[in-house]
Amino acid sequence: MILGSAIDIVERCGVPRFYFVDFPLGNPCGKPYDQEMQGSIVSKALSLFVSASEARTVVKDPNRWGSEEWRERYMEINPEDREKMLRQGEERRRKRQHLRDIGHTRKD
Amino acid sequence: MYDISMHEAQPVQYMERTRLYYEAQGFDRAYQWAQHDDVPFKPLSKPLSESRVAVVTTGARYDRLMTDPRFVDSGDIDELPSHLFARDLAWDKEATHLNDLGSYLPVRILQTLAENGTIGSVASRFHCLPTEYSQRRTRETDAPEVLSRCQEDHADLALLVPL
Repeated sequence: MILGSAIDIVERCGVPRFYFVDFPLGNPCGKPYDQEMQGSIVSKALSLFVSASEARTVVKDPNRWGSEEWRERYMEINPEDREKMLRQGEERRRKRQHLRDIGHTRKD
Repeated sequence: MYDISMHEAQPVQYMERTRLYYEAQGFDRAYQWAQHDDVPFKPLSKPLSESRVAVVTTGARYDRLMTDPRFVDSGDIDELPSHLFARDLAWDKEATHLNDLGSYLPVRILQTLAENGTIGSVASRFHCLPTEYSQRRTRETDAPEVLSRCQEDHADLALLVPL
């Protein structure tokens, strides 16, 4: 079973059971230091092991993050950053090519 | 009165967001996300209260650069680190952080649930599954390796908790 937050990616992949927590990527088990919420989320996720009867079963957790700004801000592209982003991409491609050239990659 | 809290926020469309981001960085080929028409399913073979649960994360026990090769790794649940490392992965580094292990690696919570009888036990190791650009590598190398380690630990169920 998957306990996670990127529902579009998980549903495209297709998994037996998915407990969906609609939080920013990074804290699928609950907000940091909120042990009560974490316990509740993990317990409910586990119950899906029992309740699901077919593949692609998705259950959404009722908890909310508290604010919604993160939804728009994740990987946000500001028009004034276009040139900078192109330079970053160029730098990234150059580095990747260098790593391939020197063999700093997985061999298996 | 218009109450915004009554309206359900829509989940972030991560595939579209990622496509636009890398397009803006000048990458000309969009990533092809994994897609499976046939999805396996198996009912539990024994009650949850008798099942051993293994935890699989995409975080790492060691700090990595985005350019470092990644490998399957496992940690002892009796020697949990204070946090995992994932600065080389894409997650929401502005909205949150990984300082509280319990917010993304539920080992201690599962240990509590084992003590109160909700589950049978927690597998002795948690596993770090690398996120790879190559789906073939995940499918043919890393996933079988994690499965094999879960079986070595006699786990009945795997809880995959990607960041």
